[in-house]
Amino acid sequence: MSELDDLYQEVILDHNKSPRNFRAIGDADRKADGYNPLCGDQVTVYLKMENGKIKDVSFQGSGCAISKASASLMTAALKGKTQSEAEHLFDNVHKMLTGISADGDQTQEVGKLAILSGVCKFPARVKCASLAWHTVMSALKGEAEAATTE
Amino acid sequence: MKAAQDTQKPDSCPSLLDVESVRKDFPLLARRVHGKPLVYFDNGATSQKPQPVIDALNRYYTEENSNIHRGVHYLSELATSLYEEARKKLRRFVNARRLEEIIFVRGTTEAINLVAQSYGRKFLGAGDEIIVSAMEHHSNIVPWQMLCEQVGARLRVIPINHDGELVLDEFRRLFNDRTKLVSVTHVSNALGTVVPVKEIVRLAHAGGVPVLLDGAQAVPHLPVDVQEIECDFYAFSGHKMFGPTGVGVLYGRAELLDKMPPYQGGGDMISLVTFEKTHYNVLPYKFEAGTPNIAGGIGLGAAVDYLAGLDWDQVAAHERDLLEYATQAITKIDGLRIIGTAKEKAGVISFVLDHVHAHDVGTILDQEGVAVRAGHHCAMPVMQRFGVPATTRASFAFYNTRAEIDILVGALHRVLKVFG
Repeated sequence: MSELDDLYQEVILDHNKSPRNFRAIGDADRKADGYNPLCGDQVTVYLKMENGKIKDVSFQGSGCAISKASASLMTAALKGKTQSEAEHLFDNVHKMLTGISADGDQTQEVGKLAILSGVCKFPARVKCASLAWHTVMSALKGEAEAATTE
Repeated sequence: MKAAQDTQKPDSCPSLLDVESVRKDFPLLARRVHGKPLVYFDNGATSQKPQPVIDALNRYYTEENSNIHRGVHYLSELATSLYEEARKKLRRFVNARRLEEIIFVRGTTEAINLVAQSYGRKFLGAGDEIIVSAMEHHSNIVPWQMLCEQVGARLRVIPINHDGELVLDEFRRLFNDRTKLVSVTHVSNALGTVVPVKEIVRLAHAGGVPVLLDGAQAVPHLPVDVQEIECDFYAFSGHKMFGPTGVGVLYGRAELLDKMPPYQGGGDMISLVTFEKTHYNVLPYKFEAGTPNIAGGIGLGAAVDYLAGLDWDQVAAHERDLLEYATQAITKIDGLRIIGTAKEKAGVISFVLDHVHAHDVGTILDQEGVAVRAGHHCAMPVMQRFGVPATTRASFAFYNTRAEIDILVGALHRVLKVFG
């Protein structure tokens, strides 16, 4: 009961209903597709870099509330970050989603993204929440292959 | 649908199947999940197992375990006779003419791959065509695509209409001199559609083309008689028909199997091996390389015995009632749309909810103890056909009840509340 409430918090439902930065970037200098073969969730992430920082980041695609909200929250969190800052955040988010660190340190470091911490109680949904993150990492690294959660 | 009748007696099931007694045969059904009684509606993925199947597996490893077709010792002879006895049960189960037409495999997927790689590579060449339908499981698509790449053949697809029924006129249109094999499902796993397989076989045979049927979703619901259907190959899995995982059957007409080369090489499939030449074993052993899933085969035999003890008219009536009751009940839910509305359907309901993804539905139902499948059901082309990324699927077995459907409906209302 309460685990379910932790998963589907107001903020998550809101980001699902009205995802932020849910658009293409016409002159994106990096773009990557992510795909979860398990469920068919699909996401495209667009990046616009300037002076080594993420100037703009957006996404499109289809997926469940968790994957959409996670992607939406991610775009908000990544703006203005350098590649290495983004990678650091990805590591912390990943640890939080998989429940590796339950001591609360990560929640400090991930800021607003802590709202996603309820996901770790639902192992089947971790991939939903991490898809956009894997995808943005492959976009940052300029990988040609589509990112997958497998 | 018999709407009026059903609503008059919502609590009583018109069928005579004693469901409560049947449920006692399936120990897992008594467990709880997340503190709630389990409502198991994921039978399309795998069914639960009755006690006699569990006992057969346990007895095998406790008292009978030995390798088959080799030893002269007591246990080896015992295991061999139990395993071959199971083959006889499966012959009767699908009414094959001959015992050697029953080949034990890992499951439906391996059965289809066997036909693709053995029959397909021998008898199909560049420019030849294989016909499948738009409602196939990936396991009845990908093996043929692999074969097409290997021999230069081409895959043709019979479209389905908006109800999820196969368009037979399109099948007639696709059929031509280059058609060398037809491989379609008997019952669709994603939509529940029962395909008119006898008609498909009749049309294909009129052109001299063999037909493989994917029976994975059919055998748990319908009596299957391969002689009556007149198909050339029939593939099914043990675990979806209340047997163990890792074992299934390929039925093949002996005349075809005899002409086919072995699928895998190894022990048991040979009669004589020298470094110069190897002679292959006779049917069915030619296609059974290596130590098989002996316990699984024996357990599947126990499942067949269990099913034979049920009255299948009662089972059919009960499953029809569940499907009608569930269809009516969930259709009333706001924003819910059923995907797959064929006139002939097995106990499968796939649906989408406006603005709520199937995964979210699945997670919330799970918290209520209701197990369903959420996703593309290994049938992505079906999802593409209906323009949905995924569906939620409730698939029934004869041990399910109307009361469980009521719990599903209640849980769906909770989904709407969360996403209100």
